[in-house]
Amino acid sequence: MILPLLLSLAATAAPPLAQGPGAPGGPAGPAEPGATATTRAFVGARILPISGPEIETGVLVVSDGKIVSVTAGGAVPEGAEVIDAAGKTIMPGLVCTHSHLGGIGGADGSGPIQPDVRVSDSINVRDAGYMRALAGGLTALNVMPGSGHLLSGQTCYLKLRADASTIEDMFIRDADGAPTGGIKMANGTNPMRGGAFPGTRGRSAALVRQQFIAAQEYMAKIEAAGDDETKLPNRHIGMEALAEVLSGKRVVHHHTHRHDDILTVLRLAEEFHFRVVLHHVSEAWKVADEIAASGAACSIILVDSPGGKPEAIDVAFKTGGVLERAGVKVAFHTDDWITDSRLFLRMGALAVRAGMSREGALRALTLSGAEILELEDRIGSLEPGKDADFTILDGDPFSVYTKVLETWVEGEKRFDRGLPEHALYAEGGYGAAHDQEPYFCCFGLQAGGQ
Amino acid sequence: MTLPRLFGSAALTLASLLSGGLVSNASAQVAIRGDVIHTGDGGRLQNGVLVIEDGKISAMGPAADIVIPGGFEVLSAAVVTPGLVDVRSVVGLAGAYAIEGKDQDQVEEGSAIQPELRALDAYNPRDELVAWVRGFGVTTVQTGHAPEELVPGQLFIVKTRGVSADADAVKTVSGVAATIGEAAVRSGKDSPGTRGKMMALLRAKLIEGQAYVESQNRASADEDKDAPKRDLALDAIAAVLRGELPLVVTAHRAQDIASALRLADEFKVQLVLDGASESYLMLDEIKASGFPVSLHATMKRSVGEAENLSFQTAAKLHEASIPFAIQSGYEAYVPKTRVVLFEAAVAASHGLGFDAALASITSGAARILGLQDRVGTLAVGMDGDVALFDGDPFEYTTHCVGTVIEGVVVARGERQR
Repeated sequence: MILPLLLSLAATAAPPLAQGPGAPGGPAGPAEPGATATTRAFVGARILPISGPEIETGVLVVSDGKIVSVTAGGAVPEGAEVIDAAGKTIMPGLVCTHSHLGGIGGADGSGPIQPDVRVSDSINVRDAGYMRALAGGLTALNVMPGSGHLLSGQTCYLKLRADASTIEDMFIRDADGAPTGGIKMANGTNPMRGGAFPGTRGRSAALVRQQFIAAQEYMAKIEAAGDDETKLPNRHIGMEALAEVLSGKRVVHHHTHRHDDILTVLRLAEEFHFRVVLHHVSEAWKVADEIAASGAACSIILVDSPGGKPEAIDVAFKTGGVLERAGVKVAFHTDDWITDSRLFLRMGALAVRAGMSREGALRALTLSGAEILELEDRIGSLEPGKDADFTILDGDPFSVYTKVLETWVEGEKRFDRGLPEHALYAEGGYGAAHDQEPYFCCFGLQAGGQ
Repeated sequence: MTLPRLFGSAALTLASLLSGGLVSNASAQVAIRGDVIHTGDGGRLQNGVLVIEDGKISAMGPAADIVIPGGFEVLSAAVVTPGLVDVRSVVGLAGAYAIEGKDQDQVEEGSAIQPELRALDAYNPRDELVAWVRGFGVTTVQTGHAPEELVPGQLFIVKTRGVSADADAVKTVSGVAATIGEAAVRSGKDSPGTRGKMMALLRAKLIEGQAYVESQNRASADEDKDAPKRDLALDAIAAVLRGELPLVVTAHRAQDIASALRLADEFKVQLVLDGASESYLMLDEIKASGFPVSLHATMKRSVGEAENLSFQTAAKLHEASIPFAIQSGYEAYVPKTRVVLFEAAVAASHGLGFDAALASITSGAARILGLQDRVGTLAVGMDGDVALFDGDPFEYTTHCVGTVIEGVVVARGERQR
């Protein structure tokens, strides 16, 4: 809704970031015209734009929910509220490409493939987990149903906006105003539950193939009907979602761990021509070249020890670096509750410790995640015209001693560590989890429950 | 504060080194040089050297004052700390693969109260997770049955060498575990189904144990009296009642912590308060009790009865001068174990500070385990258990580049990537 007008603003603003620090627009530059009452300038911070080199002492100007300029000591628009950010670090809001926050519930136990289910119909927008995510510097999430199904439903891309009263207030919408999202699939052991569910990997793949063939037939009927509505098949919302997958409109977010399971996903993606992001990929380091050749991106998680289930026994901190060097696009995810959104920066640091480049790890927390969600034109980096989603840190992003001080979403301060009621979410304490419904993914299965 | 003693010992030990043989069959001979050596109890030694001979630290001091005997392997690192001590873990019982019936020996679901289950009999020293934590500098763990039943079994203390439970054990029984709260609830018609029932069952078992002890005492005092028929469960309870073993009670909610303290008061048993998410609400009561806290992993998930946990609890316990240590705890899923190094790091950055955080996984943990004379600090005469780092041990990007147990180099940084 606020998209079009800001692009024009950007055109009159500071030089694009690619020119880097020391570019035109020095500290003595004249005030820019066009500042409004909501224009804010964050002055003096180290800025990590991600899309360009770090700026040692920069100025970030935001207005009406958008970034106006990111410069090395550039001009402050007349009338702008000046916020001293000296000594602090500003980076884009973190993008989590795989989260379960919001007390979500996707597909149920009635079957292994449920494309008709939308996770957005299950979300409690008041879940304290969203405040915790903000306390970790997150501003955008791909909220997904779990991995206990071959296909557990449609995911949704959310912004942690202020005053969200309904899920509609959190949706990131496309140019047509429709909520954005992908579809969640899984293979390996989590969906292998017996009964109506597959018991083997072979069966898992067969069920998926059969379903996609049915979707192809559904699409063919629609195509054949042409303008003759009487020949259209009965409307089937699951088939509609699969048709979006097969037509390339909706990306598949595919949970997969073991190296052979990863290759099975790529095989199915090639057969049915769907676009896929590989998630978790514990053993991606064994098949990095094959993944690179496929062109698929990876959304990865690093956890503090291997195992918990056989297919995660070879999970390694080095995965980020190995994939990076193989030329694979890599983003991180929290899989919250598997890891805590408040410590999302830590994951980038763990990747760095095991050989990923610092630049690559910072990108994997932000812009690469935005690209994986196909939102890179709007979020993921600090560039004029993009959403004013950023986080302010009191030190280096990859130090254990660094704290998230503030998180801003579309120009509004959503987290302020200085406020006791916000610090509660950052630190924990009595009441910090109110309204929060944990989602354990397949935890219940492992513990003998579900 | 321990520095003067360390310096003073150097010359003495050097003499003993020169007179003694350089090679021992018991263990390798190792010297470790650190740009900084943290002794584990707040002490720091810049550019220090420590010498480990026959498994024990035989000399320690400034590099200039220590002569490293010939033939010793010399390790060097930016930062050297004591081998880390994990006050409460399930490694070796809760195996990495998490396959029921194969490597999940941390909980026997047969009944609610099974204090006779020995950790020693369940420990797999070659489980991947034992090697994993060893790779991050952890050399001593108290491990055993998981807090998933009212009385799930015993704990023991073991070095993470990975040879055998018997060879690696430091204490073959170190405590009896108990659980008050959601994790102890049994489903259906099985007891306990409520907190009230949990306490009733615990009290009944302890009273049964009292009768057992009295009967044993009568028999030993009077030859005409028969000793009670041997009962393995009551043997363990009796050890708790006699003060020989602590009751390690996992309780997260403040009300459950209060119940544990009430129980200890009634039966005059020694407690270790385990988990203790809401201990920050109970500082005065815990301090008055004198019992130590084996605090949940800092990054433990804040769900269920632990939903109110805080990153700052360790700092608050420290400020209140309550003895505590940070544990790895029990994880049923992914990650299958936590690593105390990482957990102390987050506590360090949330108010605890470096020295107290390091103490919480070295000297402080050793004191709770009653092993302060063997592990947890670096000083002459202590076990030669050492962790080596290429920077601040708590920084996310720092690597543990070596782990030494009783003079044997058991890891060289291979787990870091």
